Amino acid sequence: MGIGKNIKRVDAWAKVTGQAKYTQDYMDDRMLVAKVVHSTIANGLVTGFDLEEALKVPGVVKIVTCFDVPDIDFCTPGHPWSVEAAHQDIRDRRLLNRRVRYYGDDVAAVIAENEIAANRAVRLIKVHYEEYPPLVDVADAMAEGAPVMHENVPDNILKHTSFALGEMSFDEALKEDGLLYLDKTYDTQRVQHCHIELPVSYAYQDGNGKITVTTSTQIPHIVRRVIGQALGIPWGQVRVIKPYIGGGFGNKQDVLYEPLNAFLCMQVGGRPVRLELTREETFANTRVRHAIRFHMQAAVRPDGTLVARRVQAYSNQGGYASHGHAIVANASNMIKQLYRDEKALESESFTVYTSTVAAGAMRGYGIPQGDFASECLIDDLAGLIGMDPLEFRLKNCMEDGYKDPHNGITFHSYGLKKCIQAGREAIGWDEKRKVYARQTGSKRRGIGMAIFCYKTGVYPISLETASCRMVLNQDGSVQLMMGATEIGQGADTVFTQMASEVLGITEDRIYIVSTQDTDVTPFDTGAYASRQTYVSGKAVRQTAEMLKDKILEYAAWMLKLDQKNLSIRDNMIIDPEGEDLLTMEALATEALYSLERSVHISAESTSHCKENTFASGACFAEVEVDMPLGKVEVLNIVNVHDSGILINPKLAEAQVHGGMSMGLGYGLSEVLMYDEKGKPLNNNLLDYKLPTAMDTPELEVQFVELQDPTGPFGNKALGEPPAIPVAPALRNAVLQATGVAFDELPMEPQRMVAAFKTAGLI
Amino acid sequence: MTKLHCVINDEPVTVDIPEDATLLMILRDVLHLTGTKEGCGEGDCGACTVLVNGKSVNSCLFPAVQAENCCIMTIEGVEKHPELARVQKAFVDYGAVQCGFCSPGMIMSTIALLDKIPHPTEAEIRRGLSGNICRCTGYQAMVDAVTALSEGKVT
Repeated sequence: MGIGKNIKRVDAWAKVTGQAKYTQDYMDDRMLVAKVVHSTIANGLVTGFDLEEALKVPGVVKIVTCFDVPDIDFCTPGHPWSVEAAHQDIRDRRLLNRRVRYYGDDVAAVIAENEIAANRAVRLIKVHYEEYPPLVDVADAMAEGAPVMHENVPDNILKHTSFALGEMSFDEALKEDGLLYLDKTYDTQRVQHCHIELPVSYAYQDGNGKITVTTSTQIPHIVRRVIGQALGIPWGQVRVIKPYIGGGFGNKQDVLYEPLNAFLCMQVGGRPVRLELTREETFANTRVRHAIRFHMQAAVRPDGTLVARRVQAYSNQGGYASHGHAIVANASNMIKQLYRDEKALESESFTVYTSTVAAGAMRGYGIPQGDFASECLIDDLAGLIGMDPLEFRLKNCMEDGYKDPHNGITFHSYGLKKCIQAGREAIGWDEKRKVYARQTGSKRRGIGMAIFCYKTGVYPISLETASCRMVLNQDGSVQLMMGATEIGQGADTVFTQMASEVLGITEDRIYIVSTQDTDVTPFDTGAYASRQTYVSGKAVRQTAEMLKDKILEYAAWMLKLDQKNLSIRDNMIIDPEGEDLLTMEALATEALYSLERSVHISAESTSHCKENTFASGACFAEVEVDMPLGKVEVLNIVNVHDSGILINPKLAEAQVHGGMSMGLGYGLSEVLMYDEKGKPLNNNLLDYKLPTAMDTPELEVQFVELQDPTGPFGNKALGEPPAIPVAPALRNAVLQATGVAFDELPMEPQRMVAAFKTAGLI
Repeated sequence: MTKLHCVINDEPVTVDIPEDATLLMILRDVLHLTGTKEGCGEGDCGACTVLVNGKSVNSCLFPAVQAENCCIMTIEGVEKHPELARVQKAFVDYGAVQCGFCSPGMIMSTIALLDKIPHPTEAEIRRGLSGNICRCTGYQAMVDAVTALSEGKVT
């Protein structure tokens, strides 16, 4: 019972029997189907439509175009709403857009009796455009005279920030004699989340005007607010329901098509309308991970001291702001946090609108990009001075008690160097680095590593708030309701364990409500930032303590004993000697039905979290590179994580496996490609190369478990971190194996063969 | 419309179907067997895997008319067979379930694999599951679960 136990997932049986209902499984005979008409140009203006042929298709109920939607610009990211106007998210899109800002922008929608009719009508609609040159890359968009994507951003630079640390400027620091200097550019690519469940929602409006939207989202309460904002209606008029969801990874931390879906149901008298995307649309029209280019300059002393760095980061935002500059700012902050620069650090970040799909949140929120640049640079610097990259990291990485000079986030439970040591032993670093140092032949082996740090939740950059409600059922079991969302990561299971730990009630007697319904569920901002076990966990702890106090107060009254001598263990009220006094069942039945003192025992509370801490870790990888084939075989890979106390070690390990897999794809195969006109080229699961079971090596996971004083149960971030260090560890392993530094992801065969040819290796 | 006669999860079924319907459409939209999922509709992800005469197929690509006189098993039919329900138990016990969206298809592929190769090597397990994409687990717990099944460790 409680924390640290490997209980089985509370939702596992519902899922393996096919009984778990996801949004696409809710059906209604009256349901209409909506399909979106996407632009076939990347940049321009819609001047008109020919709808006649489409309207003739039997089964078509209504066609709505960008000329029919409210004149309201709205924002979409899953952030808590800022009550300060200056910090509010950027409102830069409409339900349907006349100004086309990427290939596939939403310009119209068809509502039909069935999918076949809707698709036929979509194909028959002719859209007339005024076309502008596409802006595929950041460089195109920043070029002199580039077309303006958004009127209020004339230079296409959504945001530019900079900071400097240290006693002098970077240029001053370079004047020291004997320094070695590097100037490099590292490029990360655009990838997609590829949750297996497609984004889907359905919406209807009842006679009282209430609009109900059931959707596959990580952020139901935020979806409610954004629908209200986008449609210009009171937020309370909107009800959002989140059933089981088939993965999100950040894509569903954005409001996607829910506002359009709500609007469309209002166009057909409130009839239920379903809007489900195809896989192609999911790639081309939802969100992607930002492609970020990092220009890094660094100076190092021959003894291995990192003296100074200068970082310029250029983030490709795509056509709409979504999470915007928060992503590259997060990356730049992590680059700052992970290493000490003795004399100077200068950092500059740009987020730039281009005419490609909007980039948003994706597992790691900019940190995987920043970590790739950071960890490539560290290996390149170590190579420059002939130092072991592990020793170079130990000498320069963040130390115990690190405090961010800007936001004050402090490393309360420092496990980073323990992770490095554990990984070093697990992979056999010291021995293999030597063995692999000098190789010949077309197949070569190497080992590499990367480290990272990751804050837990978003405080103090943004609000952290979470609520929990507990109700004592008639049989002494507990109903647990969270605003926080289960999206596959295991949140419902660990919340159940937390409640059990505090209450003394076994997990099988705690019933968590997996579905969030904004009309019923307490408020929480949702699943993102690896925040829920930490922030929402505090709400569970606090609420469970309140409920326990009420239970014991009632027990004391029933038993005519002093409350402070009573406790709960294994569903029994016990005395200080551990003797059973009363079952929870008897207590609950009495409390509800007592003719003398009927009390409905429940508790609800909000945790406004004003703390944060760092998680950290490392990845070590051993690879064999077949140079003529351009193929990387991962022989061994281990992730070591410093995530505080593990609530459920087995689930924690499973989280790490998934992150490592995502990191392998990021490092070796995944890239969403666009042609020069801004059209996506491989937006399907055949041409976009996700790792399959055959592509995946055995994944080893270790933890360094330290009690974090700020975590509700000593815990801190885990959900996103595993995806972070894998790609740079692989790159550094390939570097050791072949001597070739791949500074652009992914390390896919064509690119590798070309580089090995250039290097004269094949 | 045409009539389809087949056996689904051990029950004889006769149902009117459009000639161009896929098996997935019939299972989900007509028979409401929603345990079988759709993740791409193009045979790439494997979420819609069902067994037709014991062989795993992507039901999103399988024309429903071809199921005439066939025995079809979906995830809803697995529990009736204790030896097959072990596969579900292994997925639960070994933590091979996260978001759960690929689980029904993955379990059907596992059943087909173990039927063909009762004691697969790790490479055979990975090949057997390679038509089913999972974004949550990195496949590790699934390989562990299938290994345990083949070694008789799940009862």
